[in-house]
Amino acid sequence: MTAPTAADVVPLDQTGPILAPRSRGILARGLGRSYGDAAQNAGGTIVDATVHDSLIAIDRRGATAQVAAGVSLDRLLQRLVPLGFFVPVTPGTRFVTVGGAIAADVHGKNHHRDGSIGNHIRSMNLATPRGVVAVSPELEPDLFWATTGGMGLTGIVLDATLSLPRIETSLLQVDTDRTSDLDGVLALMTEGDHRYHYSVAWIDCLARGRHLGRSVLTRGDFATVSDLPASQRSHPLEYKPAVRIQVPPVFPSGLVNAASMRLFNEAFYRRAPRSRRGELQSIPQFFHPLDVIGHWNRMYGPRGFLQYQSVVPFGAEDTLRRAVERLSGAGVASSLAVLKRFGPGDPGPLSFPAEGWTLALDVAVVPGLTALLDQLDDEVVSVGGRVYLAKDSRVRRGLIPTMYPRLNEWRSVRDLVDPDGLLVSDLDRRLNLSGRWETR
Amino acid sequence: MNDALGLPQSILVLGGGSEIARATVRALLVERPATIILGGRRGSAALDQTAEEARQLGAPKVSTVAFDAMDPASVGGAVDEAFDSHGDIDLVIVAFGVLGDQDKAEADPTAAIEVATVNYAAAVTAGLAAGNRLKTQGHGTLLALSTVAGERVRRANFVYGSSKAGMDSFYQGLGDALAGTGARVVIVRPGFVRTRMTAGMDAAPFATDADSVARAIVTGLAKGSAVIWAPGLLRWVFVIFRHLPRAVWRKIPG
Repeated sequence: MTAPTAADVVPLDQTGPILAPRSRGILARGLGRSYGDAAQNAGGTIVDATVHDSLIAIDRRGATAQVAAGVSLDRLLQRLVPLGFFVPVTPGTRFVTVGGAIAADVHGKNHHRDGSIGNHIRSMNLATPRGVVAVSPELEPDLFWATTGGMGLTGIVLDATLSLPRIETSLLQVDTDRTSDLDGVLALMTEGDHRYHYSVAWIDCLARGRHLGRSVLTRGDFATVSDLPASQRSHPLEYKPAVRIQVPPVFPSGLVNAASMRLFNEAFYRRAPRSRRGELQSIPQFFHPLDVIGHWNRMYGPRGFLQYQSVVPFGAEDTLRRAVERLSGAGVASSLAVLKRFGPGDPGPLSFPAEGWTLALDVAVVPGLTALLDQLDDEVVSVGGRVYLAKDSRVRRGLIPTMYPRLNEWRSVRDLVDPDGLLVSDLDRRLNLSGRWETR
Repeated sequence: MNDALGLPQSILVLGGGSEIARATVRALLVERPATIILGGRRGSAALDQTAEEARQLGAPKVSTVAFDAMDPASVGGAVDEAFDSHGDIDLVIVAFGVLGDQDKAEADPTAAIEVATVNYAAAVTAGLAAGNRLKTQGHGTLLALSTVAGERVRRANFVYGSSKAGMDSFYQGLGDALAGTGARVVIVRPGFVRTRMTAGMDAAPFATDADSVARAIVTGLAKGSAVIWAPGLLRWVFVIFRHLPRAVWRKIPG
């Protein structure tokens, strides 16, 4: 949920410099999966990047793909997996575009090993108000890294060349562990995450008392052909993602409340085995569990919810524990929270991931939420952490320069390609990322 | 920009001396700093008091625009001046209004016309001017302070009640007109509020105060409500009141 705003939606001219047809600036939008206002430009122009989704050029020998920014990871996976390739990074939904993934510098279950998506972009073509520029970590590195995580405010990504990991099968060998509290899961992850390529924990934020922070940890690696049972070895790269259930547009609000969430979380926790080794799971099952339900966001009803995600450095486990305590104690009808260990961040000055623990959760909008989340922000900032811009919809703008200490460096790169401030988003207006909204 | 919890970064209050508006500004500033523009009669002490309280609560910028609600055209001018000098405004509160004196109004049509001009004609000008600006900027909330007295007009204050009924209906229609533009209209219907305006009157049942109304407004903005009743129970009370036979309604005291 975010404040509603309206804009003009136009297709993109891919050849020249960006021009804003209206006075209120221009911004590219992919599939609009940002939780907040990152892909909105009130009263201005929105370029619909998804109309340019024809280009997918795969170099099988070099293990790279040049992909139009409007291509979704969903489509890309359908092409890549049968050829024995995977995407370098996928967030929890595959219904995002490559351009959007770059703008948010998305991370996935493999961040502790591979970093965020910026680390896997060989090069990209970026349309800016100064014309189209080819950028890569070698060529125009400042603009390249200002763009990964730059929330679309440095230009419009036209296409990108990604490095592709090779896979032998489309199945993962997954180990599941259930822990009865938060300390248990932190210990398991600290001591064992390095043995797995992919790892994430789900915390039951509604459990209280001695069950506070009880969790289900799933970790895995892509299976090799020899890991598969004989019956499956003939078609190891079969990939059949499916959206099975659609949530209707009119869903009774209030069906998701504290009581129903508690039941759901209880079932989720009880269903998970205390410890299971080597279960074979499909890519959608392991990486995109929510995508099975089309429009799952509608379950929260029209009143909506917001997403809170922050990262704190290793050593700040107390802050993490207090966050889980506060949210559990407030009885905020939050669903499961996602806990993940980040490896080192990439050089992007506005890139979110930094070495440490990241906690992400949905929060239904209730009175008093502002004060509760502000308090969490203060604690996060006091240990050198930050919130994720792609998910934010309510942080105090004054905290941004502390959370992102390289903000000024990013602004100076941005100002070179967009001196007149044509690239604008509601996120920018709200948080003054560009430095052009000082007096607001 | 308004955030996901309906908290604005810039607020224009038309009728900045109103006690409910002042309480609302306080309640919003406690949550987030915001630029405040206050509109009202030039030299109004009540306006200065709101400005002073806003500064003390850390508003980064406080300014004023002048208008006289008896001259509805001047309201539109003040709205334009506020937007022109400031840029985007996230929340516009239409808070001016007069209670008038029912007996005097019944005896002297000019007194009744004054109530109608301020509460209806000037509110219409304010709504049209602010609505247009919000539509152009593609976002923003227009909050209109109505009253339950307009829900079903009573014998005791029908001049005031009918002017507010017209104003309330106007803002409902304006909300429909602005649907899909990014701008939205929120109507606030308080019951009897103990303020300067009602001083000396006997409090009606479900009487409340300005701070309680302000709290209801902050909660309503977070929830995305289109109508905010204060106290909330009045919504259900008026479901009944609206359908009482006229002969019964006429005899309800107060």
